[in-house]
Amino acid sequence: MDPAFFFIQFLSGLASASNLFLIACGLTIIFGVTRIVNFAHGSFYMLGAYLAYTLTAQLMPILGDVVGFWLAIPLAAAAVGLLAVLMELLLLRRIYHSHELFQLLATFGVVLIVQDLVQTVWGPEELFGPRAPGFTSFVVIFGFRFPEYQLVLIAAGPLVLGAIWLLFNRTRWGNLVRAATQDREMVGALGVNQARLFTGVLFLGGFLAGLAGALQLPVEPANPFMDVNIIAEAFVVTVIGGMGNVLGAFLAALIIAQLQAFGILVFPQITLVLPFLVMALVLVVRPWGLLGKPETTTSHGFAGDRPLRPLGRTQQLLIAGTVAILLLLPLVLGEYGQKLALEVFVYALLAFSLNFIMGAGGMVSFGHAAYFGLGGYGAALLVHHLGFGMEIALLAAPLFAGLGALLFGWFVVRLSGVYFAMLTLAFAQIVWSTAFQWVELTGGDNGMIGIWPSDWASDRTVYYYLSLLVCGAAIAFLWRASHAPFGYTLRAGRDSTLRADAIGIDLKRHQWLAFALAGTCAGVAGSVFVFSKGNIDPGSLAIPTSVDALVMVLLGGIQTLTGPLVGGAVFHLLEAQILPLTDYWRALLGAAILVLVIAFPMGIAGFLRDKLLPDDDRGDDQREAAARGAAEKGRAEAPT
Amino acid sequence: MSEPVLQVEGLRKAFGGVIAVDTVSFEVAAGRLFAIIGPNGAGKSTCFNMVGGQLLPDAGRVQLAGQDITGLPPRRIWRLGVGRTFQVAATFTAMTVVENVQMAFISHRRRLRALLPTARKLYRAEAMAVLERVGMADQAERQCGLLAYGDIKRVELAIALAHEPRLLLMDEPTAGMAPKERIALMALTADIVRERGISVLFTEHDMDVVFAHADTLLVLDRGRTVATGTPDAVRDNPEVQRIYLGGSGVEAAQRAMEARA
Repeated sequence: MDPAFFFIQFLSGLASASNLFLIACGLTIIFGVTRIVNFAHGSFYMLGAYLAYTLTAQLMPILGDVVGFWLAIPLAAAAVGLLAVLMELLLLRRIYHSHELFQLLATFGVVLIVQDLVQTVWGPEELFGPRAPGFTSFVVIFGFRFPEYQLVLIAAGPLVLGAIWLLFNRTRWGNLVRAATQDREMVGALGVNQARLFTGVLFLGGFLAGLAGALQLPVEPANPFMDVNIIAEAFVVTVIGGMGNVLGAFLAALIIAQLQAFGILVFPQITLVLPFLVMALVLVVRPWGLLGKPETTTSHGFAGDRPLRPLGRTQQLLIAGTVAILLLLPLVLGEYGQKLALEVFVYALLAFSLNFIMGAGGMVSFGHAAYFGLGGYGAALLVHHLGFGMEIALLAAPLFAGLGALLFGWFVVRLSGVYFAMLTLAFAQIVWSTAFQWVELTGGDNGMIGIWPSDWASDRTVYYYLSLLVCGAAIAFLWRASHAPFGYTLRAGRDSTLRADAIGIDLKRHQWLAFALAGTCAGVAGSVFVFSKGNIDPGSLAIPTSVDALVMVLLGGIQTLTGPLVGGAVFHLLEAQILPLTDYWRALLGAAILVLVIAFPMGIAGFLRDKLLPDDDRGDDQREAAARGAAEKGRAEAPT
Repeated sequence: MSEPVLQVEGLRKAFGGVIAVDTVSFEVAAGRLFAIIGPNGAGKSTCFNMVGGQLLPDAGRVQLAGQDITGLPPRRIWRLGVGRTFQVAATFTAMTVVENVQMAFISHRRRLRALLPTARKLYRAEAMAVLERVGMADQAERQCGLLAYGDIKRVELAIALAHEPRLLLMDEPTAGMAPKERIALMALTADIVRERGISVLFTEHDMDVVFAHADTLLVLDRGRTVATGTPDAVRDNPEVQRIYLGGSGVEAAQRAMEARA
């Protein structure tokens, strides 16, 4: 092919690299200093574009095109910076010392709220911004026409990198930011006002994301999907670069953008998957990214973790009563009620399987929906393409999900903490992209329909009992495993990797098996689900489904075994009741997440446990232990 | 006497330009308590972590009863009969005390992957016996993370003793404890290992503890061996006196300057 064409393609790659870098750089700076992975960073980007749209529309008629436009861009960025400050003051300050799960979920709650906010203020349509005055034409490069404005974007990346270098190396504030990135406790001990430093960092990060969004406006209309579309890639870039490393983010943005620019020529179907594949590869070779540094946390427990106790008499009666009620339920429930109830079984199993690796294993997966979806798709593919019946599909599909979990699990257990969460997210996105883009096999966006149970189980009540049996058996199995040596081994590794290793436990291997086991059980849930709905689409393995599962666990309570079951049930029943009544479901869900994270981190079951089952070790002891746990969490494994 | 339980030859480790441990060799005889002492930064913990498998040495060899264990991961070294306690006690904080010890038994009997039995009921009697020996039986059902620090150290000792090791590695076993507790814990440890014929390699800052219990001492300074021998021989060594006096001399000077400011 024509080398000139390649050069043009290279230039386009540079332009999108700049865009990616602007977003990822704020994300990585915020992480470096606050240790919070900010899901809402994509929302900042989207708000930058929308605010730039409004500001250009207001300012350009008054001040003239040139001044109006080029004033609107930084103003929009600054406004986003202020919103980021608001988030820091109202939300992040309360969760700096929380478990990373709570931090990730809380910022995701902000994403949901902003989505509904944007739709309310600006409407659901795409909004086209003005072209950038002074850069509306083309330049001709080797006979190809190339938009002038793209050159502006290409310049923006290195310019911002240079500005940040100056800020970090030539100002006192920048020095503090760098110091805090290396050791924020030490910076605090030296008498630096951390609160103000963190606020400033949020402004900078928000400003950069807003700037990226505003600069994108002449190229891409402002639209309500910008946030989710960009955040996954921004995560990839920060993780590949090494979280907290600005230069790393720059390099990673270049790599990803160029791979995208050329990948689309060679193999267009792979574009969605490519960044995640690259990320997975980089993390295997360099688990902390290209320029990142290893984390030193050795414990991944949650505040308030307590020993597992055998079920008391009251609890046994409660469980027996619940099972009896579930068996009798079809006598009183209609068609709709039974469908709802069996979906509750499905979600309870999904949440329970997630908590098997998360609560017991301390492995926070942000991609558990992948295995739920793999189970669903596995069943659908067997029925749809190979003509198997429901029985075979229900048996084989969970194994399909389990194989997926076995494959991905081999990679993810090498990491821990935030990196673990990011890599599980990346693998889920790979599965999602495959389901979305491989239209011939999966039906793409529309998914597959007509996946119904065999004749004998097609009656709603029969399928209800089948679901109860299958999901109940899987839950009972995981329950047993939690109390068995295998579950205890996971809990041991969660509490202290150092100690586990020093009593002969090969932790990675056990975590890997647990991940596969949890994936298989999520696959059971997925395959039962697909036959109840009759269809499946990529939504079943998208990020929101993974987050729903996390919210179910959180709602019910991480530290208890019953928590995820209660959480799954309550969440789904609420969703079914409230979703049809409101246009603001996402905002409500987001707000609920924030309330849970800030006010009820123990969840429903945890709250009840602490109220109903007090034992000698509660009260002051408990707080003291939580404080000690937090202190030990930060302590390094390195020898003195 | 029979061959040494632990034999370390030419162990070396550098972090960047700093040589933390420089060609250190020593032997721990069966049934003996062997202490590594030295000022801060002498390389005690680094040395220790290379023996325990937490750090990979740049050069040198570690042999356990004649078997080369250099560079093996900690879990393999444990399986060969080496128990370990840490400078900052590492236990399973969200388990009960007895469950902590049961875990060591479950691992020792290779039942970690069992999916059906109830872990709480496995090897309970054995675990209680070990707890009895370290004086923690009355607190067996308490959550480990809620114990006083001195008690957590005892639990750690119980965990380390569970698989009847031939060698115990104890990195500053009494760090962070009150003086009275220190003496008691070390006396307990010494009693147990002498009655069971376990060898101990430990590092320690507290000279009272060291000179009360160690059979042999190794003195390190800036990664190098300064002296080895019996407590008496080491105490009379002028080089050792210089290092320790020098160290406290600096501290005294520091205190004096702070007091003046």
